[in-house]
Amino acid sequence: MQELLNHLNNLPFNYEEAVAVILFAIGLSMLLFCRNLLKKVIGLDVMDAGIFLLLADRGYITGRTVPIIVDGVTEMEYYINPIPAGLVLTGIVVSVSVTALMLSLTVRIYKTYRTLEIDKLYIMMTNWRKGERE
Amino acid sequence: MNTQPNHANDPSLLELWYNGGLDLTDHLYIPVEDEPQPAEKYRPKHNDAVFARHLYRYARVFNVAGTVLCILFSLLMILTVANLPAYGDPDAPTVNEVAERYVEQGTAETGAVNTVAGMILDYRAFDTLGESFVLFTAVAAVTILMERKPKKKVRRAEVISYAEDDIVRVVSRFVIPIVLVFGVYILLNGHLSPGGGFSGGAIMAAAPILYAMVWGDEQASRVFTARRIRTVVVCALGFYCAAKSYSFFTGANHLPSIISTGTPGNIFSAGLIMPLNVAVGLVVCCTMYSFYMYFRRGSI
Amino acid sequence: MITAFRLILLAGLVICAIATALTKNLMRSVIIYTVYGLLMSVVWLLLESPDLAITEAAVGAGITGILFFLTLRRIHQIDKDPDHYAHLDGEGGDDEHTA
Repeated sequence: MQELLNHLNNLPFNYEEAVAVILFAIGLSMLLFCRNLLKKVIGLDVMDAGIFLLLADRGYITGRTVPIIVDGVTEMEYYINPIPAGLVLTGIVVSVSVTALMLSLTVRIYKTYRTLEIDKLYIMMTNWRKGERE
Repeated sequence: MNTQPNHANDPSLLELWYNGGLDLTDHLYIPVEDEPQPAEKYRPKHNDAVFARHLYRYARVFNVAGTVLCILFSLLMILTVANLPAYGDPDAPTVNEVAERYVEQGTAETGAVNTVAGMILDYRAFDTLGESFVLFTAVAAVTILMERKPKKKVRRAEVISYAEDDIVRVVSRFVIPIVLVFGVYILLNGHLSPGGGFSGGAIMAAAPILYAMVWGDEQASRVFTARRIRTVVVCALGFYCAAKSYSFFTGANHLPSIISTGTPGNIFSAGLIMPLNVAVGLVVCCTMYSFYMYFRRGSI
Repeated sequence: MITAFRLILLAGLVICAIATALTKNLMRSVIIYTVYGLLMSVVWLLLESPDLAITEAAVGAGITGILFFLTLRRIHQIDKDPDHYAHLDGEGGDDEHTA
């Protein structure tokens, strides 16, 4: 028990990462439990933001500033870590293209089946497949 | 615009969770008795009503399993987070010699004052090239999925012309150039200040989108034709490929680059970073505008 | 002071995410998601990453919101369209439950 508590001793400092995990969990539960396809796409975006928040938190260093070199000061102890910022910058733009792709798929599904509810879609798709087989 | 007319009879989320989705047994296609059934394909043990009941039951199992999975996963992640080094710790293992190298010698090696821009467009430029192609692929996929012929006749009553409204017209005439200039500023200053290709391109895309909103899709598609957008995207991607392969042929493996890095802090400095930023920005701008037009009317 | 501001922002993020999940109206859900993106861009600013803040404000709040709104509009149009072609009208699907 004492060992477990020792493992948890950084949790009060890492509350921002904990929030990122909570956002990820909310996005995951939206993906699993929301019955609407559009809500699922929003849930994926919420999940994305949680991952980005976790990554960017790992790069932050207290009391340091943006890695934009001014006045020729190049010592590392004045700047935060630039690597997570670059990774997240890439990720944000990829996430918007994924969103656009998913939304266009959603529109196509609505055009064909006229519903976005996953239960109805499942039943309709099953019926369709059976109708094709016969 | 109201896409969901009535919610009075909708079950709440808790009810949905408990029941495992909507009860859709009566929506299922159950063949009428009189319908002739081919004998070899008719399986009475697996008829549709039974299937619907199974689906209903498994949906409940799925919900319970999903909840357990979510909670377990969050607990595991929280435990991991609690074991990470403290937030803002300068001695964390993420602050390693790579980050040190980028910050301490990035300006001397790439000429970019903004270390992030120097990192993603010089040290890791292939990554950004791949990402530009991700955008290109996304536009191609959206084109495949959303392409449709524009309607021949549009009912006049459906078209709301915002350009006839004085306030909207005058304000957008005033705002569109400002948005464009701000986007270009962010694009060109990517190596000196926060910003760069991705953000500048997205801000620049706001200008043609606003134009299309106010003056109508037809007018916008006369100005920004598909041919022009295609040419700009292909030229930008081709320029990126050519420039980076040039840089790899001359500057990689610690060979000195022919293109001088210039004085850090000047607008014309940092070697290829500014032209690459412009190329990425043009790709992002055209991508976002194409997304808008495909979702709006089905063609550029 | 800055910690309190940060805590308020993080609480706002979580509230926005939960509200997005629990709202039934899709339009409201998308609007709350846009607010979520804007809060996120302020969080990037506090994390000393202004590059991310600019990109998130332009892309996450602007472009994504526009795409969601256009999708809703397109769905509305398909509802109104009389000469649409649906494979499964009739027994399988019912038109009054579309949403």
